[in-house]
Amino acid sequence: MVSFLDEVKSTPGGKHILACIQCGTCTGSCPMAGSMEYPPRKIIAMIRAGMRDEVLASNSMWFCLSCYMCTARCPRGVKPTEIAHALESLAAQHGFRIGGTSTPPLYRSFVGSIKSNGRVHELGMMVKFYLSILPELISHPVAAIKMAPLGLKLFLHRRLPLMPTRIKGRGDLSKIIRKFKEVRGNN
Amino acid sequence: MKYYSFFPGCSAESTGLGLGLSAEAIAEPLDMELVELEDWNCCGSTPYGSLAEEESIAVAARNLALAEKRGLDLVTPCSSCYVTLSKANRHLQEHPTLLAQVNEALAVADLEYHGSIRVRHIVYVLYNDITPESIASKIKWGLDGLKIAPYYGCQLVRPDYGLDDTEFPHTLDRLVECLGAEAVDFPLKARCCGGSLTLSEEDRVLGLIRSLLQSAAENGAQCLVTPCPLCQTNLDAYQSRVNARFKTSYKLPVLFITQLIGLALGIEAKSLGMNTNIVSPREVLDYIYNRINYMTTHQKVDKRG
Repeated sequence: MVSFLDEVKSTPGGKHILACIQCGTCTGSCPMAGSMEYPPRKIIAMIRAGMRDEVLASNSMWFCLSCYMCTARCPRGVKPTEIAHALESLAAQHGFRIGGTSTPPLYRSFVGSIKSNGRVHELGMMVKFYLSILPELISHPVAAIKMAPLGLKLFLHRRLPLMPTRIKGRGDLSKIIRKFKEVRGNN
Repeated sequence: MKYYSFFPGCSAESTGLGLGLSAEAIAEPLDMELVELEDWNCCGSTPYGSLAEEESIAVAARNLALAEKRGLDLVTPCSSCYVTLSKANRHLQEHPTLLAQVNEALAVADLEYHGSIRVRHIVYVLYNDITPESIASKIKWGLDGLKIAPYYGCQLVRPDYGLDDTEFPHTLDRLVECLGAEAVDFPLKARCCGGSLTLSEEDRVLGLIRSLLQSAAENGAQCLVTPCPLCQTNLDAYQSRVNARFKTSYKLPVLFITQLIGLALGIEAKSLGMNTNIVSPREVLDYIYNRINYMTTHQKVDKRG
């Protein structure tokens, strides 16, 4: 059985996690630390303590803005931003359900748009996202209605085209993704 | 003439239309040829890397492989495309096993990547290849007196590419100044605007946008400039949301740096997509045009005199 620490270490950005000295520069630099269940320094400590379920079920990494401030400032080269992305990927692949944040459905709508068109169709992505959080929108109708003028403004300024741009190579792109999964799975 | 492969990014066709239009409009007057990468796909951006980190590298790699066929530097005006493509590129260059696996996947589309491409942001191309001095020599109308807050956002300067300081960068300041405008002191110039979480977590990130607008306004800026389409959308489209939430009354236009350069080069506002800006840039345009009128009138007077 692979330990949780090894699982994180084997991801593209997770290899420096053992260098962490728990100084807390990451947490001090994070604009979202206050919203996270466990801020960045603590998450790193929890990964090293093998607390897999607690970490992957938390909302912490989903609040990462990818601003890379922690990564730029870390005195040990740990790259907490990359660790956050790795945790998101692990949580998504292993079907962890995360409460209290709509970021996972937003990301799924975004990736879905890439997979069907080859490019992101922002209007389609937004519609799909809002439909996916429909129950929440219905329980907050005022907040939902307030979003409409914003979308309309973007639309009226030609910034939300109705139709997606579809690339010729979208079939190729799907084949590349499928083949890559197969190759990674065998190794 | 300098030649580049050009990767506009998905935003340049929609929410960041002004960026796409203005980047292409300033290329020729600045002796750059930006040849659009044929049939490029989305870089994957933060969401793809967050849901499937390794798979997202394969998605980005299709673009790198297409670019390698021409061999030119791959230039993008989008900060998110820049960080995503750069990161994928570095992973592929540093991990031969991953590169081999990605190539096995690319082979199904008759593509192959060897790791030779340089991914570059248009800001660094303008700064390092074209140079502020050369831009200054080509401008038609100096933007003297215009006070601008240069907003870098995150992904132009972080993670550290070694091209500028990660917290107090200067590249964009110099580009603003070479047009004759004044780059005001802007301590938050490389702080986060909330990124893509404005859509999913608006309540939690609106305060970040407010801080940026506040810092720019307090330092006397008449407008902000940024290279990033997501930053621009957050600061521009969400400005009225900030005002509603915090009872403020900001009315700061947010221009793309490429739009600002275009105005100084004398390119028509419409060709630069200035009508796609939501907070009206009218006052900025009036300032520039009034100055032009003043100068041309005075030149006539001087000639007569």
